Amino acid sequence: MIETLIVLVKIVCALVWFLLITLYLTWAERKESALMQDRIGANRANFFGIRIIGLFQPFADAIKMAFKEDFTPSFSRKFLHDLAPFLSFFFTGVTIATIPFGDILKIGGKEIKLQVLDINVGLLFVLAMLSFTIYGVLLSGWASNNRWTLIGGLRGAAQLISYEVALGLSLIGLVMVFPSLDFSAIVDFQGELLFGWLPKWGIFLQPLGFLIFLFATMAESERVPFDLPEGESEIVGFFTEYGGMKWGMYMFTDFMKVLIISCLLTTLFFGGYQVPWLYADGFRFPWGGEWLLPHGIVVLFQVLMFNIKVFFFCWLQILLRWTYPRFRYDQLMDFGWKLLIPLSLINIVATAIIMSIL
Amino acid sequence: MAYFLFFLLSVVCIASVLGMIISKNQAYSALFVILAFTCTGGFFALLDAPFIAVIQIIIYAGAIMVLFIFVIMMVDVRKGITPEKKKWTSGFASGIAVILFIELIVALKMAFNPLNTSSSQAIGNPSDLGYLLFTKYLYPFEITSILIITALVGAIILVKKKEKE
Amino acid sequence: MIPLSYFIILSLILFVLGIIAFFVKKDLITQFLSVEIMLNAANLAFITFSKSASALDGQIIVFFVITVAAAEVAIGLAIILLIYRQKKSIKTEDIKSMKG
Repeated sequence: MIETLIVLVKIVCALVWFLLITLYLTWAERKESALMQDRIGANRANFFGIRIIGLFQPFADAIKMAFKEDFTPSFSRKFLHDLAPFLSFFFTGVTIATIPFGDILKIGGKEIKLQVLDINVGLLFVLAMLSFTIYGVLLSGWASNNRWTLIGGLRGAAQLISYEVALGLSLIGLVMVFPSLDFSAIVDFQGELLFGWLPKWGIFLQPLGFLIFLFATMAESERVPFDLPEGESEIVGFFTEYGGMKWGMYMFTDFMKVLIISCLLTTLFFGGYQVPWLYADGFRFPWGGEWLLPHGIVVLFQVLMFNIKVFFFCWLQILLRWTYPRFRYDQLMDFGWKLLIPLSLINIVATAIIMSIL
Repeated sequence: MAYFLFFLLSVVCIASVLGMIISKNQAYSALFVILAFTCTGGFFALLDAPFIAVIQIIIYAGAIMVLFIFVIMMVDVRKGITPEKKKWTSGFASGIAVILFIELIVALKMAFNPLNTSSSQAIGNPSDLGYLLFTKYLYPFEITSILIITALVGAIILVKKKEKE
Repeated sequence: MIPLSYFIILSLILFVLGIIAFFVKKDLITQFLSVEIMLNAANLAFITFSKSASALDGQIIVFFVITVAAAEVAIGLAIILLIYRQKKSIKTEDIKSMKG
C-alpha cells in the first residue's frame, strides 16, 4: 500500500515539475529573446494588478489557448488529425519517468529512489519513446490533407529519422565508457573522480560525443536552426492546419523537448545530480578539507544541482535558437549524414582504441 | 498483475491485427500494425527480454513502420482499395489458415517437451547479450552488417531517378 | 508466472492472422505488412523458447531477424516505389506482365 503511494507521489512530483518548468520555459524564451533584441518582452499579464516581470504570462497564454475555437478543417482526416498532437505530447512527456532527480532518500527507514521508472534499459527506452514522436509529425502532416503540410510532415520525419541515427551512434561511446544502459548506474559512475580531483563526468570522457549529442538532440527538438519541419516563414510546416489547444500542444511539446534534452544532457554528460566532491555524508575536497552534512541536506544539494544544470542547458538552447539562422534543407541533410554520423563513428573507434590502451 | 497485462496486450494485439485486415485504408492498416508491434514489444518485456523489447520498439515501430508510412503517403491511394472482385480468395485463405493453425498446434503438442515455465533466473541482461553477440555469433553479426550496407546502397540505387543524358 | 504455452498459442494466432491478411489484402504494401506480422509472430515464439531454455540464443536470433527485416523492408519498399512509378498502381491485379 505504502509502496504504491510512494510511486504515485513520485509520478505526481515529476509531472508537476516537468509541466511547470515547461510552462515557464515559454516565458523564459520570450524574456531572453527580448533581452537579446533589446526589447522588454512579455510583462503585461497581471493577477489583481500584481505583475512580477510578467510571471503570470504562461497561465494567461494557457487560458487563452484553451478557450480558442477547436477548429478542424473539413477536408482533414478527422480522427488522425485529432490524434497526432496527443501522440507527440504523450511520448515526449513520458520520457521524464526515467530521469533520476537525486540519490536515494531515506525517510523513517524507507529508501526512496528519486526516479520514477528504474529499468535497466532506460537509455534505450528514452530513444524508443522519442522515436515514437515521429508519428505525431508525420500523421499531422498527412491527416491535414494539404500539400504543404504533407511536405512539412515528410521533411520533419526525414529530419528526425536521420538525426536519430547520429543520436544513437553518439551514445555508443558513452555506453562504452560507463558500462550501463541504466540512468541511475550511469550517474553513479559519474560520481567517481578522475586523477583524484576531476569529477568523472561524461563531458570530460566523451567531449566529441557530447557535441554530436547536443546537435542531434537540437535537431530532434525541431527549433531554429533545425526548424525546417515547422518552417514558420515558408508556410510548409506540418501543423499549419491546427489551431487552439491542439496547436498549443505542439508548441508545448517543443518546449517539453527542450527540457527533456536538458535533462538528458545533464544526466549523461554532466553528472546528473552529482555535485563535485559531495559524497553521501558530505563534502570531501581533494585538497584535504571536509564538510560533513546530514543526509537530508545532501539530497537537497543534489536535487538543487540537478535543477541548476538543467536550467543552464535550457538557457543555452534558447540562446542558440535566437542566435543562428535556419539551415537550408540540403545543408541540414549534409550536416546530419556527412558530418555528424562519420564523426560519431570516429568517436566510437577512438574511444575503443583509448580504452584498449588504458 | 502479469496475467492482466498479458491478456490486455494480447487482446489489443489480436484486435489490431484484425483491424489491419478489415480497414480499407492503407495508412490505417499501417497504424494498426504499429500498435500490434508495440504490443509484441510488451510481450518481450514480459518474457524477461527488455533489451529485445526496446529494440523491437525502436527498430520496428520507430523506423521500419515510418518507412512504410512514408511510402504510403508518397503513393497516396486516395480512394483506398476498391472492393476485390474475387471473393473466394478470402474464404480460401481462412480455410487454409485454420487448417494450418490446427496442424501447428498438433505438431507442437507432439514435437516438444513441455515448456519450462518455472525457470525464474533473470536472463536478457544487455551486457550478456552483447557478449554472446561478439563471441559466439560474431560471424553472423558481421554478415548482417554487410547485408545492411548492401540493402542501403541497393535501395538508394533502385529508387534514384536516372539523370537525363 | 504466466504459462509459456500461452505465448506460443498467441504467436500461432498472430502467424495465422498474418497469413489470412496476406491472402485477403490486394495491394503490395499491406501484403508486405502482413509478412512483417508473421515475422513478429516467429520472433515471439523464439523469445518464448529462449525463456523456456533459459538461454540467450533465441534472443540473438530475434536480434538478427529484426536487422534482416530492416534491410528487407528498405529494399522491398524501394521495389514497390519503382512498381508504382511504372504502373501507377500497387494493386496485385494490375501487375500481370513480367516486362514493364
